[in-house]
Amino acid sequence: MADSFRRAVARVAAFFRKQPLDRELEEEVRSHIEMATEDNIRNGMTPEEARRRAMVKFGGVEQAKEKQRESRGLPWLDTVLQDLRYTVRSLSRDRGFATVAILILALGIGANVVVFSVVNTILLRPLPFYQPDRLVWIAPEHANGLSGSTYSVDAYEDLRSMNRSYEDVTSYFAFSTPDNYKLMGRGVPLPVTGIMVAGNFFHVLGVDAAVGRLFTEEESRKGGPAAVLLAYPFWQRQFGGDRSIVGKAITLDGKPVTVVGVLPESFDFGAAFSPGSKVDILTPVMMDDIRYEGNTLAIIGRLKPGVMVPQARAEAKTLFPQFYWGKKFPESKGQYDGWPAPLKDYVSGKLRRSLVVLWCAVGLILLIVCVNLSNLLLARAAARSKEFALRSALGAGRGRLIRQLLTESLVLAGAGAVLGVALSYVLLRYLAHQGSIALPLLNSVRLDGTALLWTLAITVSTAVLFGLLPGVRASKANVQEALKDGGHGTTEGRKHETMRTILVVSEVALACVLLIGAGLLLRSFLKVLDVDLGFEPSTAAALKLDYDDGNNTDKRSAILQNVARRVGAIPGIDVVGFSDNLPLDRNRGWGAPRVKGKNYKPGELPGAFVYITAPGYFQAMGMRLRGRDFNWSDNDKGEGAVVLNQSAAQGLWPGEDAVGKLAVLGKKDVRVIGVIADVRDTNIEGKTGWQMYLPMMQSDWGPDGAYLVVRTKLPPAQLSGTVMRTLREINPNQPSVEFRQLQGIVDHAISPRQFFVLLVATFAGLGLLLASLGIYGVISYSVTQRTQEIGIRMALGASPEHVQMSVIRKTLQMAAVGIAAGAVLSIAMAQLISSLLFGTAPTDPPTFAGMPVLLIAVALLAGYLPARRASRINPMVALRNE
Amino acid sequence: MGDAKLDLLQGTLDLMVLQTLAAMGEMHGYGIARRIEQASGDEVLLNQGTIYAALVRLQQRGWIEAEWGASENNRKAKFYSITKRGRKQLAEDTAYWMRLSSVMGRVLAMSDEVQS
Repeated sequence: MADSFRRAVARVAAFFRKQPLDRELEEEVRSHIEMATEDNIRNGMTPEEARRRAMVKFGGVEQAKEKQRESRGLPWLDTVLQDLRYTVRSLSRDRGFATVAILILALGIGANVVVFSVVNTILLRPLPFYQPDRLVWIAPEHANGLSGSTYSVDAYEDLRSMNRSYEDVTSYFAFSTPDNYKLMGRGVPLPVTGIMVAGNFFHVLGVDAAVGRLFTEEESRKGGPAAVLLAYPFWQRQFGGDRSIVGKAITLDGKPVTVVGVLPESFDFGAAFSPGSKVDILTPVMMDDIRYEGNTLAIIGRLKPGVMVPQARAEAKTLFPQFYWGKKFPESKGQYDGWPAPLKDYVSGKLRRSLVVLWCAVGLILLIVCVNLSNLLLARAAARSKEFALRSALGAGRGRLIRQLLTESLVLAGAGAVLGVALSYVLLRYLAHQGSIALPLLNSVRLDGTALLWTLAITVSTAVLFGLLPGVRASKANVQEALKDGGHGTTEGRKHETMRTILVVSEVALACVLLIGAGLLLRSFLKVLDVDLGFEPSTAAALKLDYDDGNNTDKRSAILQNVARRVGAIPGIDVVGFSDNLPLDRNRGWGAPRVKGKNYKPGELPGAFVYITAPGYFQAMGMRLRGRDFNWSDNDKGEGAVVLNQSAAQGLWPGEDAVGKLAVLGKKDVRVIGVIADVRDTNIEGKTGWQMYLPMMQSDWGPDGAYLVVRTKLPPAQLSGTVMRTLREINPNQPSVEFRQLQGIVDHAISPRQFFVLLVATFAGLGLLLASLGIYGVISYSVTQRTQEIGIRMALGASPEHVQMSVIRKTLQMAAVGIAAGAVLSIAMAQLISSLLFGTAPTDPPTFAGMPVLLIAVALLAGYLPARRASRINPMVALRNE
Repeated sequence: MGDAKLDLLQGTLDLMVLQTLAAMGEMHGYGIARRIEQASGDEVLLNQGTIYAALVRLQQRGWIEAEWGASENNRKAKFYSITKRGRKQLAEDTAYWMRLSSVMGRVLAMSDEVQS
């Protein structure tokens, strides 16, 4: 064993000392033959005879040397290096081909690495928590929107104490708004976003503080010391990563709060639980404060070892109906159900299909790239058939030739991969910093070891895939035939052409599938853009307003009226309004209003989405209102007032006009003063439920903060300075915030779809380009091959138009066959992606008609150039050229 | 006579070289080749050149060593000699060969009886 190892080392050493060892061998062999010759002379031979016999005895000198070298060094590595050197030489002779091939490969491989990294980050990689596969998201089985997937404090506490499936259960307050805290005492008040979590939140997730500690039990109890944990990026940004901040107090909303710790960099609340938003601080939720505020807690559990999800589900079936909304209301028992699902499914489950489709699309691209390169290599192999014939005539085996060709494709693929990885690195960095794309975990996307391994795998398989066919064909070439001069237009050439035509046809088919898929998704996206949102996002902007009303409704009304007057006077601002919630932003459901005097069974009415607003909001948002808006006198002195959306109005008074009718909300009578168009509340693609708007000026429903909403034709950023100055004059504590354009909120909501459409459309474009390159290559090659034939035809009287038409006809034939095959495949493909479509049938006629037309047009263009060249062939020149 | 010469079995040349060096002491490649031919009564089909592949193998395993020196006629030549570990290996291989050939002899003798 030790001897074998010694020999392996010696061989490697010998590999690097080729020249001196060869010289020694040379000398040894020479003296061997001389000694043998001398012996022979001594035995009475003539010098010539002596030397000849010595040589015969020795056997082939070169063979002996070669054998010694093989035993001595690493012969396979020598061959590989030889192949590599040869490859580099032959590729650098054919620079145009090499450049095109490497570029195509770089695009194909780069696209694959990007998509793989995204898929890996969102779908494959485990969540950044301790044993994340034991974590489950607990929500009703058919949860609709966030409001439907949360529980009350009493239900949560009962679940914690009564379950047998979980090591522990935790929760967070699911209805926090962006910028819900002000950080003060450091110059201008700064808006920060905080999430309230249960005291055991981090223990259950298995996340420890990077600096300092987590919350103590005391800190999560009402009246305990106020504590806050900082998110890592916020700590870096706001405190410059200063470790001494831990233990010190900061001022949040005017109250001192102790920073007890900093969370690790890997923990990103927003990335996992609310994609596309940033979370700066985490505070303990005081359960007693929100006990009767409704279903406000999102629940996460960690399964006990050995407990599987189905068991937890079975338990939930009997356990959840025992929970109360609030224990002081005995009748509130029994409205819950629970359906634990792996947390990973909750975070990325909805995206699985989109990502798989994306992955398939990019796989198709790679396939098209392979076909394209196969084609290019076949063309090259045809041109090199003499070279190969010569090599095989000189004794190169078939395996050796195939190996040589595979080395070439590996070198090409390798160079393409290097370029592709560089390309994907840039793209991934860009994606990771796109905070506005609402995809979970996207900010942690990066080029990691797994992605590089994937790159290696696809590079090698690509190389084999596109190199093998041309390799096998080239090595099969008939030596005799190829070495004979003027092998033009022989059967071999025609067979080559058939093979290439098949390749191009399949390329067109694949591109057709991609194009139709992209077309369907694009149509869906346009339909989404076309959705009637119920408001005008383009001219509306909002900012979080800070005010201190001391919980007095009249004072609040006075402050808001003052703000409305002062801000409304700023030039460029057309309308001012207020609301505590914006569309497509935060979720909040309350019990729906009832028709006065009518009794309802429990569960008969759906919940209603609530916006608490002040005058001007509807107009500022560009919403369509029938009836009247609130006015400042809709206060406690006046009658209760409510504005319903169409769904709610029709639900309560089917076939009647709801305006002016009386409803009961909670225990209060409210007059329906207006009916407003449905507004997309939580997402654009889903259905709209019941919505109601209540006045901020009535004390029965306190608003949860307030947004100042303005209608303006100016870019809001231009107004920010003036508005902020005005607000600061009214309230010096107003944090410095930027206007949020409503359009931005809409864009955020459609960003995942936009992201997918953009990628798929890019891939389809790439596929189209590659297919047209393939068509161009084949037609152009066949024109070159047939130059003489065309020359003869023209000499015999064929018109240039006729020649041109015949080339174009050939192009169209290829394209048509490819498109027909592609369209059939597309019908199957469209069924698979039908769940991703919006407002578009999987058999959408415009797409199925338009994409083939596009393909035909591109094919025509690709065929036109060689056709024109063919029609300009000068018969005299073509015939003389033999 | 020529076609009656024995083809060398895989690995046998290495063993012959080791044995030659063990018996004769330091030798150059030509000498070893000559010696094997003589000892085998010219019955072995040996392209003398192939000895160099065997020599480099044995050397890399550390069973023989080489040194440049001068031949009887004052010609520069590489001289090989067996190492301690080479001797050990030789002893092992020899024992193996003896066993194998005695077994082969017995088996073949038996089949002879059956045939006759």
